[in-house]
Amino acid sequence: MGLTTYVEAIREGIREEMSTDERVFVLGEDVAVYGGAFKVTAGMLEEFGENRVIDTPISESGIVATAIGAAMMGMRPVAEMQFADFISCAFDQITNFAAKCRYRWGAGVPIVVRGPSGGGIHGGPFHSQNPEMYFVHTPGLKVVCPATAYDAKGLIKAAIRDPDPVIFFEHKFLYRRVKEELPGADYVVPLGEAEVRRAGSDISVITYGAMVFRALDAAKELEREGIDLEVIDLRSLLPWDRHTVLESVKKTNKVILLHEATRTGGFAGELAAVIAEEAFEHLDGPIRRITAPDTPVPYSPPMEEFFLPQVSDVVRVARELNDY
Amino acid sequence: MLYYMKLTRELEDRIERKLYRQGKILGGVYVGRGQEAITVGACMDLDGNDAICVSHRDMAAFLMRGVTPRQILAQYMGRKTGLTRGKDGNMHMGSLDHNLIAFISMLGDSIPIAAGVGLSYRLRGMKQVTVCFFGDGASSRGDWHEGLNMASVLKCPVVYVCNNNQYAYSTPLEQQMAVENVADRASAYGMPGDIVDGNDVVAVWQAVNRAVERARGGGGPSMVECKSFRMTGHSAHDDARYVPKELFEYWEKRDPITRLETSMRDLGDLTENKLAEMNGRVVAEVDEAVELADNDPYPDPEDCLTGVYFEG
Repeated sequence: MGLTTYVEAIREGIREEMSTDERVFVLGEDVAVYGGAFKVTAGMLEEFGENRVIDTPISESGIVATAIGAAMMGMRPVAEMQFADFISCAFDQITNFAAKCRYRWGAGVPIVVRGPSGGGIHGGPFHSQNPEMYFVHTPGLKVVCPATAYDAKGLIKAAIRDPDPVIFFEHKFLYRRVKEELPGADYVVPLGEAEVRRAGSDISVITYGAMVFRALDAAKELEREGIDLEVIDLRSLLPWDRHTVLESVKKTNKVILLHEATRTGGFAGELAAVIAEEAFEHLDGPIRRITAPDTPVPYSPPMEEFFLPQVSDVVRVARELNDY
Repeated sequence: MLYYMKLTRELEDRIERKLYRQGKILGGVYVGRGQEAITVGACMDLDGNDAICVSHRDMAAFLMRGVTPRQILAQYMGRKTGLTRGKDGNMHMGSLDHNLIAFISMLGDSIPIAAGVGLSYRLRGMKQVTVCFFGDGASSRGDWHEGLNMASVLKCPVVYVCNNNQYAYSTPLEQQMAVENVADRASAYGMPGDIVDGNDVVAVWQAVNRAVERARGGGGPSMVECKSFRMTGHSAHDDARYVPKELFEYWEKRDPITRLETSMRDLGDLTENKLAEMNGRVVAEVDEAVELADNDPYPDPEDCLTGVYFEG
């Protein structure tokens, strides 16, 4: 078996679900003939035909709403946002319509809204954002941020099978940069379960998305100094795996919270609150956050590099915490 | 048709003029007095499998689909027996069992939702259509425009029915749009836009039926604009003092129920006996429903924690 990239893994996951479940269809801007701006849906039109792979007008709100309407009638739409940044245009349909239907009148809305998020490719303020927290704050939604090809495939399949609306944030920096050998057999990665990417004893780094690799690189560097990082990949932010996080904190007693999204109102804040509430007596040092600063994502390469958390940031904070 | 118009009027009058004022309904109350012909005419010939995307002045759609007056009252009174089990109030309700799709307060959102409902029929080769109601105010929302365009481009079997009651809360039509008719915009989306007297139930029924036939036959979406008037404030707390009195007087003379009664009498289809019997039946049904709903239980407080996600 060859290696499968992150983008291929998502494509494979959607294809497999479309093959086994005729209710599943794909819609979005440029997803059919063009195969998607990042080629996630490449080849699907040829394989499944124009009734299963649908090009739409440039209408993010309309795309999500169309998916919601079809989902309520028993279908399983997978809606693409060409860039996750554009999901803001569909905010109302996602947070007010999709998220609240089940609670209000028992109508399930099994949609997946997926798209590329994240920086590192010089996309500037509107092609680099990490909008996950707008949705993590909305009961009724599920929010997923895979980091590896294995998880990307297993999570997209789980998202498509899920009876509730799932917002699926892919990381465009990872699309063709991470690859691995995937099992041939059908598998899913359950929503809401974290993964210990590297077991360690000194400091827990809790992270997700592309930052998982920054944490792992930092761990390699720190190994030489005798600092042993444990790296937790959350994979899902809503719901999230409190058990794995708290167990890790109780083991290492020191914690770094790392994410690419901006600082204020970022997921680290929620993690810090829960750790403080439930594992306070296990902490041997301050909870440290490493995040992007509270600015839009800048375009120019030196500014973007400064904006994004780097391996060196993790190394520096880990050393400080180790000495604490 | 007359029965459903009368039942709607009686039930809404009871809600707005009695239960709300008695303090038995604490939240918002939005009624469709004077606009009953639109919903009743549009839904009359629909198949039970056709979905209806309701808006907030379409109580008749619920009654016509078999939701009981008791369930509607329980919904208004926040009881466990309402369609949302107390999670939401007034007309903010739906039921997939009845193919009734709930709207949300961001009016206009249902327009692209209906496109999706219709798309699901077309993709599966089903013959169903969906009728989607909206008001003149909703037509100013971006989702309205995205939804009509989407429905048209994707050839969705949808009939968009506009209840143009000429006021969006306190804002009159001319401050809502710079064209004369909501239906003038239909051509911009490549669909027919019919305009009918919304207080003439037969005219609404005929126009919507034409549009339904077109949609069922694969001809795509249409719009039917029904000109009417909101004979109330936006909601029960609003005395509508911003509406000139002459307008109410003008439209009172064109009341859709009175008009239908008159034309049925003229045609010899309605005797005084039959009318008295129907009036009595409607009042008795609502009386009974109020009694039952008022004795229905409230939800338990902690029920608010349930049903956010699928629970098996």
